Parts: sequence; C-alpha cells; structure tokens
Amino acid sequence: MTQFKDNDSDLQQVAGNGLLHRRLFLGRGAAMLGGLGLFSASASAQQGPLQIPQWMLEPGAHMSGYGQRSQYEEGVQRIVGGAPGVSGSGVSFTPLQNLHGTITPNSLHFERHHSGVPNINPEEHRLLIHGLVSRPLVFSMDDLMRYPTVTRIQFLECSGNSFNNMLPEAQQAPVGVLHGLMSCSEWTGVPLSILMDEAGVEPEGDWVLAEGADAAAMSRSIPMEKIMDDAIIALYQNGERLRPENGYPMRLFLPGWEGNMAVKWLRRLKVNRDPTMTRDETSHYTDVLLDGRARMFTYPMAVKSVITSPSTGLNLNSGPGIYEITGLAWSGAGRIRRVEVSADGGASWAEAAISGPALDKSFTRFRMAWRWNGGPATLKSRAIDETGAVQPTRDELVSIHGERSNYHNNSIQTWHVAENSGEVSNVYA
Amino acid sequence: MFMPKKLVIVLFVFATMPSNAQEGAGLGTPISQQNLAPWDISIQPNGDGLPPGSGSVEAGEAVYMQKCIACHGVEGSGGPYDQLVGGQGTLEQLQQVRTVGSFWPYASTIFDYIRRAMPFENPQSLTNDEVYALTAYLLFENGIIDEDDVMNSETLPEVEMPNEEGFILAYPTDKSMEEMNEI
Ligand code: HEC
Repeated sequence: MTQFKDNDSDLQQVAGNGLLHRRLFLGRGAAMLGGLGLFSASASAQQGPLQIPQWMLEPGAHMSGYGQRSQYEEGVQRIVGGAPGVSGSGVSFTPLQNLHGTITPNSLHFERHHSGVPNINPEEHRLLIHGLVSRPLVFSMDDLMRYPTVTRIQFLECSGNSFNNMLPEAQQAPVGVLHGLMSCSEWTGVPLSILMDEAGVEPEGDWVLAEGADAAAMSRSIPMEKIMDDAIIALYQNGERLRPENGYPMRLFLPGWEGNMAVKWLRRLKVNRDPTMTRDETSHYTDVLLDGRARMFTYPMAVKSVITSPSTGLNLNSGPGIYEITGLAWSGAGRIRRVEVSADGGASWAEAAISGPALDKSFTRFRMAWRWNGGPATLKSRAIDETGAVQPTRDELVSIHGERSNYHNNSIQTWHVAENSGEVSNVYA
Repeated sequence: MFMPKKLVIVLFVFATMPSNAQEGAGLGTPISQQNLAPWDISIQPNGDGLPPGSGSVEAGEAVYMQKCIACHGVEGSGGPYDQLVGGQGTLEQLQQVRTVGSFWPYASTIFDYIRRAMPFENPQSLTNDEVYALTAYLLFENGIIDEDDVMNSETLPEVEMPNEEGFILAYPTDKSMEEMNEI
C-alpha cells in the first residue's frame, strides 16, 4: 500500500489552479486528507447535545414485497421532456447530478421513445428471426429463458446525448439535462449469435433489420458482423427483468454502439443483404457535416467524459478549501486508459484517480483532489481510451459539423466556477 | 501418413464444436413464409417487400387532408410536427430544413415509415393503396414526381431522391477526425 508522509509534499500541486496529486485518492490518501483537516467543513459551529431520535423508540416498518426508496429521496427524479401534444415521443434524462458510482438505478434510467411505452404481455410476445436464413424461427419468452446467457456491465448512450451543448448559447441546466441520455447497467441476455446459428444465416446475409413491438415499430439495420460479435437479447437489467420503458420483455443490446440501435421491445430480426434504410437511420441519427452532406451509420459512441460535480447547481458553497472533482468517463471502443482534469481552462492538465476497475465499454468513475483558492476557475475533463483516442473539444467538433448535428457530441464539458460565490455555470471555452 | 488413433479422435471432436463454444437449446419453432407475412412490413431501397396495390397523387391528397394535415400542415409544412415538404437547397446553409424532399435518400423509406408509424395515433391502420397514395402525394408536393404519376411496387423503387448522393457511409470504413476535417 502507498505510504504517505504527514507533510505538505503530499498536497503537492500537480497542475495549475490547485489540482492535487491523485495519490490522495488512492490507498490511505483519502484518510490522510481528512486527518489533515483540509476538507472545508464549517469548523466554527459547535454541536449541541445529541438527541435520541423517535425512530429508535418504536419498531420500524414491516418487511415489504418490493422495496421503495426513502421518502426523503423522492425528489430525485428523471427530468421529462418531449414533443408537446402527442404522447410518448420524446426523452427523459437520468439525473446524473444526484447519482454516484457507476451503475444507473433502473428507475432513473433515461428514456427515448418514438411512440410511447407498450404494455407487453410476455406470454403473447414473440421474437421472429427470418429473411436470409435456412430456418425461419419464432421464440417465446419461455424458450429464450432456457438459453445460455452472458452478463456484462456496460454503458448505453443515446447518440443524441449532449445535444443541448450544440445549441449556440451554453444552457444553464443540471448535468443530467446536459448529458443524462446515458446510463450504465449490468445487462444479462442471450448471445444473438446462438439464435442466428440456430436459424442458419445464408452467406449473403450481411445485415439484420431489428424491429420493436412499439407503436412506432422502431427499426434499425445492424451489421451481421456486430450481431455475431457481441450482440445480446437483453432480458435482465441490474439483476431484475427489464423495465417496460427499457424494452420489457426483451431488447437488443449492442455494446458500445449508439443507443437507438439497441431496439427495445424487440419482436423481429430480418436478415437482409443490404441495409433497409429506415427512417431512423436516414432522416434521423445521421450526422450533418458543414458542407451539407451527412455521415450515416456512425455506430460506436466515441471516447467521452464529464465532470458531474462540481456542475450547474452543485456549487462550492463552503468557501475556499479542498474539494473533490468527480465524474464519469466511457468509450464505445473499449476501456478508459486515463482521464485528465484541468482547473485552468485547459492550460495545464493532471491525471485523475480511477475508482475501481476500468471495464470494457462501461462507465468509469474518476476523482481529483482540488484546492480551490476562492478565485475563478475553469474545470474540464478529458478522457483517453485504450485505443489512444482522445476526447475532442467543442470547437473541434463544430469545425466539422457546425452547430447543426445533434448526434455524437462527445466534446469536452467546461464548467466555470465563479470567484468567491463558487457558483458553477456551463460555458463554451 | 502415420497418425496415432487417439489424435485423430481429438481432432474430430474439435472440428464438430460450434465456433462460439456455446450451443443453443434448439427451441425455436419453425414458421412458414405465409404465417410470418403479417409481421414482414419492412421495405428495402430496391423495392423488396413492397406489397401489391397502387396510389395516385390525387388519392393521396384526399387521405392527407383527412389524416395528416392536423399534425403536418397544409401541403406538408407549417404544422405542429415534422415538416414533410420543402427545404431543398437549404442543406448547405446554417439553418437547414431537412424534409422527405430535401434530405431523405430513398423513396422506399417513405412507404416503409408511413405504413409502420403513421398516422401517429393509429399506426398500421392505412391500406396499402392509401400508403402508396400518400407516398405519391408527398413526392409530388416535393417536386420529385409529376401530378399524374402513380406509385406502385414497380414505379416507387425507380424514384430518384434529390439527396441520394448526400450521405457518406461511416460503416464499415469509419474515418478518423483528421480525415473528416479534410472532407
Ligand atoms: C397526431 C399527430 C400526427 C398525425 C395525425 C400524423 N403524424 Fe406524422 N408525425 C408525427 C410526429 C410526432 C412525428 C415524429 C415522430 C418521431 O420523431 O418519433 C411524425 C413523423 C412523420 C414523418 C417523418 C418525418 C421526418 O422527417 O422524419 C412522416 C413522413 C410522417 N409523419 C407522415 C405522416 C402522414 C403521411 C400522416 C397521415 C397519414 C401523418 N404523418 C399523421 C405526428 C403526426
């Protein structure tokens, strides 16, 4: 285990404007930070006599069949948006500002529906595999539940995530509204390669149309290469059966690829020679370029990170002192190799500590100790994945797409911390 | 060539193992083309999947006035939801108007999408003739076909959309940021 000397060299500044060495968050470092009394608690106030609380003086509630969170946490909600007037076309955002760790609770998982959440009876639901196969097959839920499964902890990100940060003016909204069309869950399901082998894919079957059983019959074309590589029919999310809004009773899950392709309420897979060119892979989910053309089939979600605290609304209220900067990093290309943080607007960078293992195509939590001197600060994080890909700046993306492309915005988020007040705002800088 | 008996057996076992080492339970129920047809609603750009039937611009206008105009506006624009007509020539401008006429690369997608998803409150309620007619109407309003053209499984795949060349395929040959900068 790393040893620390009880002296100031451990609080060595490693980058501009007060960023401290990441070893403060490794091993005993955090304990030492506390021991040195450097966290800025309100040191002056005196605690009065401690009371015996009422909940210790009588037995608590009975056991329950399905758990609920504390009534004091009910304010933590998805932020619901959507097309006014028609039901079910729109989004709700994961409130990233209220969450920690890397797993998204099922009840707070973001939503994107094109025509509402269908109420599917699993006994009547069927999965059809047909097209260029030697044996068209139908599977019931009971059938699928008997196949071997795989379990992986992986992120799911809407390709429209962070679209707010492509608006001409930086929006002052919580980090969940700016970046909350993403989640990370433990997904359990049947490898699709097994079912495809059973149906017998013909040699020219290079594409698979995946279609949902919702009122939009939402559909996307998926390359057979991905289907046979690591695609699953997801049945469980964080240990329980999928929620209706996440595709109950089954959804497609394509690790690292844009969320829209992970077709929910999956009912049909048709093997084709060519892509179908559905509305949601032509009219939408294509990335407009400056010259007016658009990139199509931009599948992997590129390397990205975001500081979740401090962020809009999570201000530095207790004055100058030591704070934790924390956030999430992920990449559709694999593992996160490194996350760097800057407190001086990108003039200097320091490596953040990574909490836990950096899993493949999964959220990775990073942390950085920072001594805020009460002056203005501009915070950024920048992720680098195992392929060496580096998260771009907003300017770099705008130079390719203008401010018109709503999709695949993986650019660096910048937070400005105001002098003295410690109020945090979203800025383009 | 000399080969010990044991080795031959081992090789045989390996050769018959499925490639991904996980085997299915074989529980899928076979289904005939006829029985799966009610679900087989997708249309390929070359017209594969288009059903029998046909529709004229005039017939399409009549259905549009009844079932679409409230949400998509008079002649496909000015309604509360997606603009369906116009926008040609705007793709290079900062304010793009992306519609069926200005942006969509294939006419097959119009039929496919209207049949599966529209009208919004009653999807899959239109007859094939009505979908052909609505497709004809939207193509005509966008200046892509003539007023007396009729859409059916022969004519629809022949329609050339103005923006068909406006797309760059990122898969399977994804380009790096630098390459994108050079476009
Ligand atoms: C109740 C309102 C409503 C009615 C009625 C309606 N639509 Fe729509 N339409 C929508 C909405 C909302 C969307 C966008 C859905 C989404 O994005 O998921 C849409 C999208 C579309 C699109 C895709 C537009 C694009 O650029 O991607 C087409 C084409 C379309 N509708 C055609 C029709 C036709 C034809 C009819 C009549 C048969 C019709 N709609 C009736 C609400 C409506």
